[in-house]
Amino acid sequence: MSSKPPANFWRRTNMGQDVLLPISVFLGLLVIWEAAVQLFNIPVYLLPAPTVIWTETVAIASTIGNHTLATLGTVVVGFFISFAISLPLAVFMTSSPLISSAIYPLLVLTQSIPKVALAPILVVMLGANELPRLVITFLVAFFPLVIAIAVGLLAVPDELIELGRSLKASKFQELYRIRLPYAVPFIFSGLKVAIALAVVGAVVGEFVNADKGLGYMIITATAFFKVPVAFGALILLSIMGVVLFQVVVIIERIFFPWSAANQENTIA
Amino acid sequence: MISIDNLSKVFHSRDGAKVFALEDVSLTVGDNEFITIVGPSGCGKSTLLRLVSGLIQPSSGSVAIDRTIVIEPRQDTGIVFQMPVLLPWATILDNVLFPLKMLGRDVTGGIVKARHLLNMVGLGGFEQKYPRELSGGMQQRAAICRSLIHNPSVLLMDEPFGALDALTREEMALEVLRIWTEEPKTILFVTHSITEAVLLADRVVVMSPRPGRIAEIIDINLPRPRTFEIEAHHEFQKAAQRVRGLIFGNRDEQQTSS
Ligand SMILES: Nc1ncnc2c1ncn2[C@@H]1O[C@H](COP(=O)(O)OP(=O)(O)O)[C@@H](O)[C@H]1O
Ligand SMILES: [Mg+2]
Repeated sequence: MSSKPPANFWRRTNMGQDVLLPISVFLGLLVIWEAAVQLFNIPVYLLPAPTVIWTETVAIASTIGNHTLATLGTVVVGFFISFAISLPLAVFMTSSPLISSAIYPLLVLTQSIPKVALAPILVVMLGANELPRLVITFLVAFFPLVIAIAVGLLAVPDELIELGRSLKASKFQELYRIRLPYAVPFIFSGLKVAIALAVVGAVVGEFVNADKGLGYMIITATAFFKVPVAFGALILLSIMGVVLFQVVVIIERIFFPWSAANQENTIA
Repeated sequence: MISIDNLSKVFHSRDGAKVFALEDVSLTVGDNEFITIVGPSGCGKSTLLRLVSGLIQPSSGSVAIDRTIVIEPRQDTGIVFQMPVLLPWATILDNVLFPLKMLGRDVTGGIVKARHLLNMVGLGGFEQKYPRELSGGMQQRAAICRSLIHNPSVLLMDEPFGALDALTREEMALEVLRIWTEEPKTILFVTHSITEAVLLADRVVVMSPRPGRIAEIIDINLPRPRTFEIEAHHEFQKAAQRVRGLIFGNRDEQQTSS
């Protein structure tokens, strides 16, 4: 598989429209926010001004940095667990209609369980450590990923499968030479959803039981009415979500440029 | 040589009804003969090709290639479908080489042949492009190269130009003739175009539906090499007329019987 980025790698990064415009809109909103808080004298526990959030967050930079790393660890490990389980599960599910109809309802069942309600139970079952947080992250993130991969594995045109069979492909060759590569764009759309959900899952886990992490920080900060710090943690979580999402996008563009290009064609 | 003997194929549809896709079809195809197959939709043309390719097994009767009964796909068969179905992640060159990879043959050794085939169909210089960068006609040319890379002696083409515009279609028909002249092989070619069927074939097999049967086999005694100018030929007109009569005659019968 060629890993050479195409010549138009940065083509979509049109500096004027794609970067400067959203940034100026964002800055504009910050200014309005700041002005509104000053103008209407909004108390800090209701809505802290951006400058207050900034100063109070920066004041505890190293603490908040550790919390960020803790959450990041849970998100990334949970995300990889989701992927590591989803891929073989999707392959297994799509291997026969019988297996699929046996497993699919179970998967849907896991999704109908409210994860927030499950979290405290998991803590009791698994202990007050990292494990329940990872399990929650996994449970929140894996379902859309399994579905995306399964759809991708089944999206191969019949003719391509017949071509493989006419070339005497074994089931395994059919999987790794035809079905899996064909599913790559689907896998990446699943991964993009999963990484965003993994952040949600990690925070839910931290809400219920943690002694570190940005979710834990938000709980403790609000308990002590340190709303600006809670806002700071919230903003860091959002940034983490965006950055991780972009990492997935970039990995796809570098290692599977054909897949990224196919998606650009359909989206843009 | 392909010997098709009293071949029948019954499919069972989901509601339990039987579909007689092919009934009692017999046909002997000589080495390097060019056979075209025409007939209305659903008369079992694709089923016939899939039986010859070994992708499906007959309900009764048999297909033999060089006196060996076909019970599974053979390495000396190449297939072209209506859709090019190239691998989107592979370059055109890698797509053409794909059969060698699947068959566990020498891929590097096949590169020269792949380039030669691509040049022959006018895709020289496109080796490193990806399928999405090519037009439908170019993709189908690449698919034809892919079907030829492992030197099959039998080539099965199921409406290979069905998705192309009329002009590209004519060009491609002549290209297939050129390839066949340069690398003779036995070709079974399904088409909906009567002109195409007569232009290409040594013999045209006309099929009729429900159950799928051979209505008639028409010898085409026209000189080769052929171009579209041959359409004006008296013999061409006669054959085309005959095919048309068989197909539309059939339709009239259906209308009166239903
Ligand atoms: N896998 C299948 N299962 C059930 N019926 C089939 C299957 N394949 C083909 N048929 C039926 O067999 C008949 C012949 O189909 P086909 O060979 O595809 O016709 P053609 O290629 O001439 O249009 C049709 O009625 C079709 O619905
Ligand atoms: Mg057909």
